[in-house]
Amino acid sequence: MNKEDKGERMGQKVAMTGNIAVANAMRQINPDVCAAYPITPSTEIMQQFSSFVADGEVKTVLVPAESEHSAMSACIGAAAAGGRVMTATSSQGLALMWEMLFIAAGNRLPIVLAMANRALSAPINIHGDTSDAMGARDSGWIQLFSENAQEAYDNVIQAVRISEHMDVRLPVMVGMDGFIISHSIESMELLDDKVVRDFIGEYIPNRPLLDVDNPMTYGPLDLQDYYIEHKRQEYEAMKNAKPVILEIAERFGKISGRQYGLFEAYRLDDAEVAVVVLNSAAGTVKAVVDELRVKGIKAGLLKPRVFRPFPADEIAQALSGLKAVCVMDRADGVNGLSGPLFSEFRSALYDAGARPLMINKIFGLGGRDLGLQHVRDVFHELLKISETGKIETLAEYMTVRN
Amino acid sequence: MSELKSWKEIPMGGVIEEAGNADQYTTGGWRTFKPVLDENKCIHCLICWISCPDSAIIVKDEKMTGFNYKHCKGCGACADVCPKKVQAITMAQEGK
Repeated sequence: MNKEDKGERMGQKVAMTGNIAVANAMRQINPDVCAAYPITPSTEIMQQFSSFVADGEVKTVLVPAESEHSAMSACIGAAAAGGRVMTATSSQGLALMWEMLFIAAGNRLPIVLAMANRALSAPINIHGDTSDAMGARDSGWIQLFSENAQEAYDNVIQAVRISEHMDVRLPVMVGMDGFIISHSIESMELLDDKVVRDFIGEYIPNRPLLDVDNPMTYGPLDLQDYYIEHKRQEYEAMKNAKPVILEIAERFGKISGRQYGLFEAYRLDDAEVAVVVLNSAAGTVKAVVDELRVKGIKAGLLKPRVFRPFPADEIAQALSGLKAVCVMDRADGVNGLSGPLFSEFRSALYDAGARPLMINKIFGLGGRDLGLQHVRDVFHELLKISETGKIETLAEYMTVRN
Repeated sequence: MSELKSWKEIPMGGVIEEAGNADQYTTGGWRTFKPVLDENKCIHCLICWISCPDSAIIVKDEKMTGFNYKHCKGCGACADVCPKKVQAITMAQEGK
């Protein structure tokens, strides 16, 4: 691999895929332990990172596990022992980790997981949608999403600080669209290795198992007398995560010049109609928003960055006063009504002063392309709704052959 | 068991910080049958002491002297392993 891929042109623009960018974030973080199992489209992250391990660029203990369930189990053990721990996965791999995800969160272990979002089987499909992440949304993990390789890289670095914050101590998963971002080469900036290392700082484990002078028990039985108290703590930690994420974003802004919040509000301030969408599709929507703005149409975009914790109040504030909003889900919760993002966004707007009319589109499943015309059609429907005040179809599939 | 604490007072993640604190958790209330010792029959072989899952057999000077009813769950393992020729431990229903 050439010097550019290793990020030796530090602080300069480089051309990288999302996966290689994340692998470089991991190289700069230099975690104590990485346990993983390969799965498309995230395989390349650990493949690249294992080269960094083999080349002695990191001191990480790499554990090639026999499944994702084992990989997450090893991550949990290593984190409880007191290590800084990372892994990567996608789709079925995240699904196989499902049981252990709750254990990582419930044991309050700061693990960072890079997730190249991919559709869930069946039918089997290797391409990008967020159904894997949505399946893990209630596992107690913090969830960050990334529009492009730069955001994936930046989010992974910030995730370390977020998860390790003593008010939080929850694991974090960072998503980016499989293939569309994980495998596309983009122009982005790698920070200087030392700048990243200074930013994340030295890891101070909380009650590590390897502290043999103070033996303690992890994961004991917790019955009617204490289980709910521990869940109440977890709830508090997730609430605490919101200000912590903002505080760390502000510090990250100082080293990178890139500003992050709970979501990106793109031309939303004076917007009358807006789309809500995760990950790379936000780029397509931005192009259409710009196009409509030229025509004098007040269009905007809300791109969630933080889905867990769910920033309901801030979302309600941002979307209150708009005439019509379309929440676009690249996953179907298969509840027979709407996608998972829509349910939560509509609920967040329930208490808003001036509630917009809201519709839901389920799109792009299994990597089906979202084109500019699709987004134009959505905005035209929103304009019609804002004129007539009537919703014809609350939720439906789009980018599908009818 | 000591007084129950609020969610703000306990270590995060259900970690138990103190080693060996199972001693503080009394499980005697789980019992339906309680073991009863006939001291005249006991030969102090201590097989019951080896078998008890709750360390509830009290031994003094290498002699079996009785049961710790704070922790004995009444599983009956001690009565079961007590040699057939001896039968020094019998299980009696609680409250009778």
